[in-house]
Amino acid sequence: MNNIKKRSLFLQGLIDGLPICFGYLSVAFAFGISAVGSGLSALEALLISMTNVTSAGQVAGIGIIAAGGSLIEMAVSQIGINLRYALMSVSLSQKLGKSIRLFDRFIIAFVNTDEVFGVASGKSGNVERSYMYGLIIPPYIGWSIGTITGALAGNILPASVTSALGIAVYGMFVAIVMPKAKAEHPVAICALAAIVLSCAFKYLPVLSSVPGGFSVIICAVVASAVFAFVAPIKQNEEDER
Amino acid sequence: MKFFTYLLVMAGITYLIRMVPLVLVKEKIKNRYILSFLYYIPYAVLSAMTVPGIFYATSSPVSASVGFLAALILAYFGKSLLTVAALSSVAVFIAEAVMKLI
Repeated sequence: MNNIKKRSLFLQGLIDGLPICFGYLSVAFAFGISAVGSGLSALEALLISMTNVTSAGQVAGIGIIAAGGSLIEMAVSQIGINLRYALMSVSLSQKLGKSIRLFDRFIIAFVNTDEVFGVASGKSGNVERSYMYGLIIPPYIGWSIGTITGALAGNILPASVTSALGIAVYGMFVAIVMPKAKAEHPVAICALAAIVLSCAFKYLPVLSSVPGGFSVIICAVVASAVFAFVAPIKQNEEDER
Repeated sequence: MKFFTYLLVMAGITYLIRMVPLVLVKEKIKNRYILSFLYYIPYAVLSAMTVPGIFYATSSPVSASVGFLAALILAYFGKSLLTVAALSSVAVFIAEAVMKLI
């Protein structure tokens, strides 16, 4: 691959990573505020964000630190909340192009968040090395800067702006799923099935006691397994991956 | 010092969960059923995380619904990630400003 192609792929990655960065600024901002609120220093909050790069796991983590919980409790909660990433990493492994070497996988895995995974999955065909590096840089920066800003100056943004930014990452998810759902009916019905299941886990008694991290896995695995069976992908879609 | 023990457990487990599958699964999977499963996974995961989570992402489910609707329409007409994310935030902002007035 020549340098111009590489540079344009890297640039494309940066552009695709920007909305994630903006979304993360607000989410990390909120995390920074609650981390300091639960007794951590701003530097500790930043360290957590820079080494974990995950929202729900970090929120659960600071809760356990604040409560003086055991390390076992910390480990179990992190596994439960973050297990979905294992599924995403297996899925992403099939998307990675030939230019991605072993070393790159160690780096990409570090920032394989819901949103990075979502955007990479939404690309048609394989994703290459330059693109992936472009894609993971803005989110990592947004996540770190959002955290330290929230921790140091939680009150600089008006509540109305923080609230509005809260929807940014979800808007992105919609933008990833919708084009595929519009083009392929099985994807649309599978997405709807996952939504029905996830609403059941949120609102129905008994099911609602399942921790969020597990329920996302159950919903996605059940919906995908059923649709893999009733509507297996065609050969040309396999080639595309 | 206690903080760093917590940090190590948190970060270590989160990283291992992400890294091990990505490093171990290097071959292209050939089984059509598994391929189909992995093909649906991203859309199923993102959909399950978006609904009902999106309704609790802003200060009120009403403004969130306005933002969600805006995102659905914009995405249906093929707008980019950045456009959909930014304009759905704007829609929430406007909805909340209007809600304050009435």
